[in-house]
Amino acid sequence: MTPLLEVAGLSKHFVTRRGWLRPPHTVRAVEDVSFAIAPGETFALVGESGSGKSTTGRCVLRLTEPTSGAVRFDGEDVLAFPPKRLRAARRDMQMVFQDPYTSLNPRMRAGAIVAEPLEIHRVGSSASRRDRVAELLALVGLDAAHMSRYPHEFSGGQRQRLGLARALALEPKFLVADEPVSALDVSIQAQVINLLMDLQARLGLTYLFIAHDLRLVRHIATRVGVMHQGRLVEVGPTAELFERPAHPYTQQLLASIPSLDPDARRRAS
Amino acid sequence: MSDLLLSVEGLTTEFHLPGFRFTAVDDVSFAVRRGETLGLVGESGSGKSVTAFSLIQLVAPPGRVTAGRVLFGDRDLLALSDAELCRVRGAEIGVVFQEPMAALNPIMRIGAHIVEALEVHGLARGAEARARAIDLLRAVRLSDPERQVDSYPHELSGGMRQRAMLAIALACGPPLLIADEPTTALDVTVQAAMLELLRSLQRESGLGLLLITHDFGVIAEMADRVAVMYAGRIVEQGPVRDVLQSPAHPYTRGLLESMPGGTPGQRLRAIDGTVPSPDARPEGCAFAPRCREARPGCSTVRPREVLLTESRRVTCHLYTGDVPAAADGQAEARA
Ligand SMILES: Nc1ncnc2c1ncn2[C@@H]1O[C@H](COP(=O)(O)OP(=O)(O)O)[C@@H](O)[C@H]1O
Ligand SMILES: Nc1ncnc2c1ncn2[C@@H]1O[C@H](COP(=O)(O)OP(=O)(O)O)[C@@H](O)[C@H]1O
Ligand code: SF4
Ligand SMILES: [Mg+2]
Ligand SMILES: [Mg+2]
Repeated sequence: MTPLLEVAGLSKHFVTRRGWLRPPHTVRAVEDVSFAIAPGETFALVGESGSGKSTTGRCVLRLTEPTSGAVRFDGEDVLAFPPKRLRAARRDMQMVFQDPYTSLNPRMRAGAIVAEPLEIHRVGSSASRRDRVAELLALVGLDAAHMSRYPHEFSGGQRQRLGLARALALEPKFLVADEPVSALDVSIQAQVINLLMDLQARLGLTYLFIAHDLRLVRHIATRVGVMHQGRLVEVGPTAELFERPAHPYTQQLLASIPSLDPDARRRAS
Repeated sequence: MSDLLLSVEGLTTEFHLPGFRFTAVDDVSFAVRRGETLGLVGESGSGKSVTAFSLIQLVAPPGRVTAGRVLFGDRDLLALSDAELCRVRGAEIGVVFQEPMAALNPIMRIGAHIVEALEVHGLARGAEARARAIDLLRAVRLSDPERQVDSYPHELSGGMRQRAMLAIALACGPPLLIADEPTTALDVTVQAAMLELLRSLQRESGLGLLLITHDFGVIAEMADRVAVMYAGRIVEQGPVRDVLQSPAHPYTRGLLESMPGGTPGQRLRAIDGTVPSPDARPEGCAFAPRCREARPGCSTVRPREVLLTESRRVTCHLYTGDVPAAADGQAEARA
């Protein structure tokens, strides 16, 4: 199958200054990363904090301009899109963040938050937009009565649902979900994971799922890429990668997952 | 000499806020024995940290410990004077928090923190204290301790800082360590190393550990016994194997079932709803609005703690017999 997303040789270097007396310092956040995601897949990026996962996700959507490399979506070169074409492409590619609180405007009501992308892209009449917002809220399991609430009036799990409703407003094909449940308690995390799996099945979505919870990744991803210091050190189908990790770093990562079986405790180092 | 290190009985901590008053820690009882790890687990807001603070009398207004006893050796920590408490904290009970930056003085070198602890408690001073500090940093496997002793907190990575914090907590050789989410902010590989370090320190010194976490994986790795907390109460406690393999309380069952595992791609068995906010807790069992096995009386009659076996306790009407099962008998369907 032709991939929906193809990333080739992607690099992103940040040049930072630590005081103007010192020479600028280059952070190689992402270095020569290549992978492809087939339609309907959940491709997970794992790795420790600072390994370049979020930067990769942001480069794919061009929320950050890559230093070099190629990103093809549906066969088209995303990096070559002029601004207008890029705006149109954003309808197909959306992002969900770890803490929707920082990504949702605190002074806007839930209904307006979900309606905003529809307004920006001039989708439908104002009456049809209202219906669409109600439909989207129902889709993510929020009550239509929630429409007039502000983000701070929602619980963490509900805010994540609200962020999803907004991301889904323009019927995207592809979602980058950056640690979407990391801030949630396990009982609520399960609700949101179920929702993500349901939405994928109903709407045929493709996910780039960024996470550090390896148990969760094993549960929902079809394929996994392991990042270490900006590089993708191993990619493979989930079951295979978890059963036969090839790269020493992947092996170390998997060996670090606490077992839920008290009898399987690691002995002295 | 008894094995018992810490015995908490009926600990209750309230917050008096404008307009209402809520019980953050509600009649909590547990014990920690010498060399043992008791895991205290629960979702955020369940009262784990307030419990830890209450034990060592560090709850600040508007919070106040209103009832209970915290027996440490032959003393009730809740009855000690401030001066006596200061001696206990640090010297006899070490504490490690999730975010070490909040507990470290940013303008003091790592070594100075340890030297201060040793001097305050009259255990060593000057060059001897510094040598002890280096030994401690080596004991927590901080690389290059001779150099790191002179580092400032911000110069260390998260994992190194957590080790330094542990060295400070252990400086006076306390028999008990309270660790509140000590690995939550760490990457999984760093977490694994930290947990292994705690285990080896326990093997060497018989340290008793009260380990607070929201992660059942950490509990399974570390704890001998576990206490599960929900909305301020301990709803279930017992040996870790028993609780994880045959959880008795519906909340414990729900938490374990929500965890990813089982067949990949299958729906997870989430717990419906959310933790009630402190001002909206039902009178009876706080878990009732989310409980699949709730009986008609559950939300009005407060369940008491019952002994299932000598080592297992549970706070739930499925076991109290105080609330009759629903007429259709549905709620009885259990393992
Ligand atoms: N805007 C930025 N400016 C400078 N450095 C950055 C920026 N964003 C990320 N970085 C750096 O890039 C590296 C990778 O970061 P990130 O992609 O956020 O990692 P992850 O999501 O895996 O935790 C880190 O060293 C981070 O500090
Ligand atoms: N200083 C405070 N003032 C008011 N409420 C507080 C304060 N500290 C904690 N709480 C409340 O007490 C409850 C228990 O909090 P905490 O012990 O921190 O939970 P946990 O550590 O289990 O996540 C929460 O509802 C929290 O909001
Ligand atoms: S007391 Fe009732 S509501 Fe509470 S956990 Fe037990 S069965 Fe469920
Ligand atoms: Mg990130
Ligand atoms: Mg806490």
